Amino acid sequence: MTDPAAAARPPAFLPNWPARLAWLALIVYSFYAASILDVTWERFLLGIENGIRFIGRMFPPDTGTSKLQLLAKGLYESIEMAIIASALGIVLSLPIGLLAARNLMPAWITWPMRLFIALCRSFHQVIIAIIFVKAVGFGALAGILALTVASIGFIGKLFAEAIEEISLKQVEAIRATGAPFMSVIAYGVLPQVLTRFVGFATYQVDSNLRNSNMVGLVGAGGIGGTMFAAFQRFDFDFLLTILLAIIAVIMVSEALQNQIKKLYQ
Amino acid sequence: MAVTQPAATAPATIEVRGLIKEYRRGTPVLRGISIAFPDRGITAVIGPSGTGKSTLIRCINRLVEPTAGEILFHGVDLVRLSRKALRQHRRRIGMVFQEYNLVERLTVMENVLSGRLGYLSSWKAFLRRYPPQDIAMAWDLLDTVGLAQYANQRADALSGGQRQRVGIARAVMQQPDILLADEPTSSLDPKTSVEIMELLSSITDTRHIPVIVNIHNVPLAKRFAGHVIGMAGGAIVYEGPPGGLTDDQLNRIYGGENWQE
Repeated sequence: MTDPAAAARPPAFLPNWPARLAWLALIVYSFYAASILDVTWERFLLGIENGIRFIGRMFPPDTGTSKLQLLAKGLYESIEMAIIASALGIVLSLPIGLLAARNLMPAWITWPMRLFIALCRSFHQVIIAIIFVKAVGFGALAGILALTVASIGFIGKLFAEAIEEISLKQVEAIRATGAPFMSVIAYGVLPQVLTRFVGFATYQVDSNLRNSNMVGLVGAGGIGGTMFAAFQRFDFDFLLTILLAIIAVIMVSEALQNQIKKLYQ
Repeated sequence: MAVTQPAATAPATIEVRGLIKEYRRGTPVLRGISIAFPDRGITAVIGPSGTGKSTLIRCINRLVEPTAGEILFHGVDLVRLSRKALRQHRRRIGMVFQEYNLVERLTVMENVLSGRLGYLSSWKAFLRRYPPQDIAMAWDLLDTVGLAQYANQRADALSGGQRQRVGIARAVMQQPDILLADEPTSSLDPKTSVEIMELLSSITDTRHIPVIVNIHNVPLAKRFAGHVIGMAGGAIVYEGPPGGLTDDQLNRIYGGENWQE
């Protein structure tokens, strides 16, 4: 047999039984849920057939002048909404993120700020948009407000976390010069987090551009409304035009983002 | 606010009385330190790690809050000052750090000019609107430390010795009445360490301000300091000229004797 010392040793990798059981349970439950929800193979094949017919009806994209005008108007409104909401969100989340950073601020300020940020993050933009549509009526204002709330939630949280990771030695050196508080922020804190802040902000602009289409579906302005109408009228060729236009906007925004990030290396 | 006292009894620039610091209640790191630091030259504070040298130097400008005692700066007790008054006094106390503590993403010039932040409104500081004489002084100082050609480089592009010289330029930029240096050479190689000590030495000579240096390197302390304070266990066990530091004295400071050659 083998050498007795080796036999006495425990195995190098212990089996993780709880994890194995959890995986097994997940698989079993998925099959059970699928059977209850009537997800069957026949149903899937039928769906594919339907899908092909639907896609066929989208071609060729509708490029009639009146449709293009409608598209341009909706798309332009969406972009405006995204930019205004991003600007508001960025400007507001700077102080909010700063006040929520636990390494710079006392607990009685950070707690309410963190609560506020958590509140902004707790619902999807579309749900917030529905609330604002009810509150201020249909149109772009509701969309702008919804996207601003979402931006504060996202940038504010990440900005606060970025500040909590800075080197306090640099801050201490600025404090030692007798600098007033705002100068300590401007010289000791901001330079350390600026590139990350720009990163979060450009990401949020991009995400607002996409979400500004979404909030239109519930009546909060922009191309989403036009898109929803096209669906309802079975105007699938116009729908394709809208989708292609949205893809183009997102790609242009991606390229712009990269340029902006280069400015701040 | 500060009433100037008659010249005959002009107080020392920095005097510490009965200074106690406890990070945790009941375990003091500093056990009642009292010293009047000399008004000229380099004063070296030596002692083993963990004996409170850094705490002592950081209590002087209240980067660390003293538990008890007085810190007299030109006769004014810094411990009792409000936040605002403390800031105004901190402007006159320059500080140099072991790890330089430059703002890495700012340029060398911005780091040097940040020594003036206590004299400038935050808004002007944010817009980099420094008075021309401040900018002229920054250029002069960069010339003195031999780094003028790096003025627009980011601080993180410099070597350790260069960064420490920027750190010293920033402290001198405050036009301080005293310079505190917390282990300024501990992160540097022996040759650069000597250069940094020479720079601090020339500052105390040309500007006639005292420099208090925490230092681990005893030969370096003996070579540059005019006055030595030896600490052990949170108390002062030696105070006097570097010439008086005998082997016996060093054993009292550091304990044991095997570490000596």
